[in-house]
Amino acid sequence: MVPVQTEAPAEAPELAERFEAVVAAEQRIEPRDWMPEAYRATLVRQIAQHAHSEIIGMQPEGNWLTRAPSLRRKAILLAKAQDEAGHGLYLYAAAETLGVDRADLTERLISGRQKYSSIFNYPTLNYADVGVIGWLVDGAAICNQVPLCRCSYGPYARAMVRICKEESFHQRQGYELLMTLMRGTEAQRRMVQDAVDRWWWPSLMMFGPSDGDSPNTARSMAWRIKRHTNDELRQRFVDMTVPQAEHLGVTLPDPELRWNEERGSWDFGEPDWTELQQVIKGNGPCNTQRISVRKAAHENGAWVREAAAEYARKQKEREHDV
Amino acid sequence: MSDTSWPLYEVFVRPRRGLNHVHVGSLHAPDDRKALLAARDLYTRRNEGVSLWVVPSSAITASTPDERDPFFEPSGDKVYRHPTFYDIPEDVPHI
Repeated sequence: MVPVQTEAPAEAPELAERFEAVVAAEQRIEPRDWMPEAYRATLVRQIAQHAHSEIIGMQPEGNWLTRAPSLRRKAILLAKAQDEAGHGLYLYAAAETLGVDRADLTERLISGRQKYSSIFNYPTLNYADVGVIGWLVDGAAICNQVPLCRCSYGPYARAMVRICKEESFHQRQGYELLMTLMRGTEAQRRMVQDAVDRWWWPSLMMFGPSDGDSPNTARSMAWRIKRHTNDELRQRFVDMTVPQAEHLGVTLPDPELRWNEERGSWDFGEPDWTELQQVIKGNGPCNTQRISVRKAAHENGAWVREAAAEYARKQKEREHDV
Repeated sequence: MSDTSWPLYEVFVRPRRGLNHVHVGSLHAPDDRKALLAARDLYTRRNEGVSLWVVPSSAITASTPDERDPFFEPSGDKVYRHPTFYDIPEDVPHI
């Protein structure tokens, strides 16, 4: 609503103490509360990156909207893409409570100054990819996002509650789509396995680098922005997904995947971190395309934004004339 | 790039008849009518509401966190406003 204070005033020690106490008591920080500048900056970066991911995330699946195999699948995919636009907007609204401007965030996305999730830089090659994205990519997103519902920053936590409720539909439609394909022909089953082979490792990378290479994790956890480390969430995702893969009848492409009785968890192989670094740096298969599509949409929409603002201005003028 | 910045609106949804409108978030829109339509598309895609309010954020007057303690202080020491302040014998019915 109103930009927050960012400069610590003279009585800062007392304000900082109050901030720490609120966080420690598992209460929420709200927009107009005093907060450390680094807390604000961390949240802006994280929420903006999250919002951008939702917006860019419409593209890989949007690719298949006009080629859905049935009206039912098309209606589902449209609803999912619309949800993703909605999630992006909830998150931009949450970011704006920290004193940034949405138009400015869009600009930072288009100019490459802010990132989005590396997963959306991979191509969707056939309709099985739509199912696998719902199952694995949205499944991984849910693992990441459920703990964010308890994030110490109120507007972000509230946006995440709404988002998590809606993500469940995304994951289930994907799994159902894959079950349908698996009941089909041999060629359809091969499509599913092929899509799983391509998406499995990028999905594991969605949790970010391993804990040793994630320098900001400790601070984010102390601030209760983050609740679990990247590796903890990755493990949770693998443990949830293995039985789902078995039920579906697909093989997860990891020769090191085996049950560890002692840990009560699945052991799994190391993702290719060099690949992740490359994709983050902009060298993934679709980075250039994703940004250029977003840029074109923004520029092609400029006249609509202008026309709507001009219409609103004239309406207001007319009201004054009466 | 020309970017016309649309004003910010706060959105309130009445989830069911009999309940108050509750703040759910905000959005940008060029005018009141379009704010209402956008609020419908953004915040009620799954029958979350039976009524919507949109209010320009600039129209909201809020108490400030700084004066939180003095601002709410007047109600702090008035325990006699609560029913539990009064001792009534156990055997008096219906009170």
